[in-house]
Amino acid sequence: MNTSGLPDAEATLAELVERMADAVAADARIVGIYSGGAWLAERLAELLPGNHPVGYIDVSFYRDDYTKKGLRAKVATTTLPFEVGGARIVLVDDVLYTGRSVRAAINELFDYGRPESIELAVLIDRGGRELPIEATYVGARVAVARDVSVVLNRHLDGGLELTVEPAGSAPRE
Amino acid sequence: MNNPQLNAQGELTHLLTLEGLPAAVMVRILDTAVPFVSIAERDVKKVPLLRGKAVFNLFFESSTRTRTTFEIAAKRLSADVINLNIGVSSTSKGETLLDTVDNLVAMNADMFVVRHAQSGAPHLIAQHLLATKRTHIHVINAGDGRHSHPTQGLLDLFTIRHYKKDFRALTVAIVGDILHSRVARSLIHGLTTLGTPEVRVIGPQTLLPGAVESLGVRVFHDMNDGLRGADVVVMLRLQSERMKGSLLPSAGEYFKHYGLTADKLARAKPDAIVMHPGPMNRGVEIDSAVADGAHSVILPQVTFGIAVRMAVMSMLGAAQ
Repeated sequence: MNTSGLPDAEATLAELVERMADAVAADARIVGIYSGGAWLAERLAELLPGNHPVGYIDVSFYRDDYTKKGLRAKVATTTLPFEVGGARIVLVDDVLYTGRSVRAAINELFDYGRPESIELAVLIDRGGRELPIEATYVGARVAVARDVSVVLNRHLDGGLELTVEPAGSAPRE
Repeated sequence: MNNPQLNAQGELTHLLTLEGLPAAVMVRILDTAVPFVSIAERDVKKVPLLRGKAVFNLFFESSTRTRTTFEIAAKRLSADVINLNIGVSSTSKGETLLDTVDNLVAMNADMFVVRHAQSGAPHLIAQHLLATKRTHIHVINAGDGRHSHPTQGLLDLFTIRHYKKDFRALTVAIVGDILHSRVARSLIHGLTTLGTPEVRVIGPQTLLPGAVESLGVRVFHDMNDGLRGADVVVMLRLQSERMKGSLLPSAGEYFKHYGLTADKLARAKPDAIVMHPGPMNRGVEIDSAVADGAHSVILPQVTFGIAVRMAVMSMLGAAQ
C-alpha cells in the first residue's frame, strides 16, 4: 500500500463538515453509497447540526458495467428508512471519479420516490469525470495516476484512512 | 451426464441441477438473493439489470405458480417475458425440442426457463446451445421430470438459512412422496452440499426411492420417530394420481400416518419451521391448523422464491 500524496482522511472529513455545516438542510437525509460512502454518511450524520436520518445504497443493480463485469459477489441491501418522495437528500461517496456510481445512485433513489432535492458530498474528488456530474461539497481535490484506485478504509476503532491501490485490485469505486 | 452449467471460469452459465453444483456457487446465489427481497417493498419494484433482454418461459408441462414467479422475477429485472405453453403448440405439430429452441433463438431469446415432463430436457437444450457456440444464451431448469427443480431447492435453502442461519447445526426432515419428487431431490443435494449434518426422509416404503440412503439421508417410516428434534419440517405435495395406483390405500389413511398435525409437530423442536413447496392439499399431507399456524413459513417461501429467481437470472445474465 502507498499512501503518498493523499491527505489525511480524518482531517479531510473535518474540512468537509466545515463546508457542509451551514449549507445542509437541518432535516436532510444522508444517504451513503456502500461501502466507503456508508461509513462517511454515519460520521456526517453525527457531526452535522440538525437531525439527519441515514440511509444506504448499494448501486450494484444500477451499474452500467453489469453486462461486462456481472454482479459483485456481495451485494448489500439498499436501506432507505424514510420516505424518499419529497425528501432533501445528501448523497455521500468516498471518492468521485468517473461519476458513474453517482449516476447509478440517483437512478436508484428515483425508484423509491421523487426527492425534493439531491446534493452530493464526497471526501475526495480525483477528477476524471466521464459524465456531467459534480459534487456540491468536496473534502479535498487530489491528482492521482489513472492506473490507481483511491480507497477509503475503516479501522476497527472507526478511524478512516485513505490509501491507493493498483486499479482492479480494489473493490470497484 | 457431464455438467455444462459452469463455464471455464467456474461461473454459473446455466442452472440445471443442484447435484454437483459447488457450495460456493450455491452460497453466492443465496447471498445475491438477499438484496433482491427488499425490491418488493419499494415504490418501483424493478431494477434495470436485464433491460432489453428477452426471457422465454418454455413450459412443456403446465405449472401456474412456478411460471408466474419466474415471470415476476424476470419483469422485476426489467426483462421482456414471453410465455410459451408448448404443450399445446409446436410439439403437437411435430416440431422437435431443439427446432423449437432454434426458432426462438432466431427471435433473439437471451434466456430460457424450461419446464418439461422429461428428465434432462433443459440439459439437452443447454448442451445444444454450447455445441453451437451460443454461450450468451442461458437455460434455467424450472423442473424436469423426477430429476431436478433447482430454483425450488434454492428457495427452500434460502428460507431455511433465513430462519435458522447455519446449516451445519440442523436436522431437516422431508416428509412424503420422495420417490416422485424433484423438489426433495434438489433440496437433499443442496442441504448435503451446504453441510447439513442430518437430513431425514420420512414416508411409506412405496414412496421412497430404492437406494435413497445413498443420497446421504436417514430413512424413517414412522413420522413420530422421524420428526423428533427436527429444526425444519418440509412437507411434500401428495399428487392425487398416486392414490389411483397401488402405492397408497387412501387419502384418509395417508393423512393418519404422514399428514402433519399439531400433535406430530410437537415432536420437532419448539421453534421448528414448517415448509411446503405448494400447492398444498389441506387434510391430505398437512392439517390446516399447521399450514396456517405459527410454525408455518409456507407463504414467505413464495416471496423468497421470487428473490432467488431474480438472483439466478441476474447472475446468468452477465455470464458468457
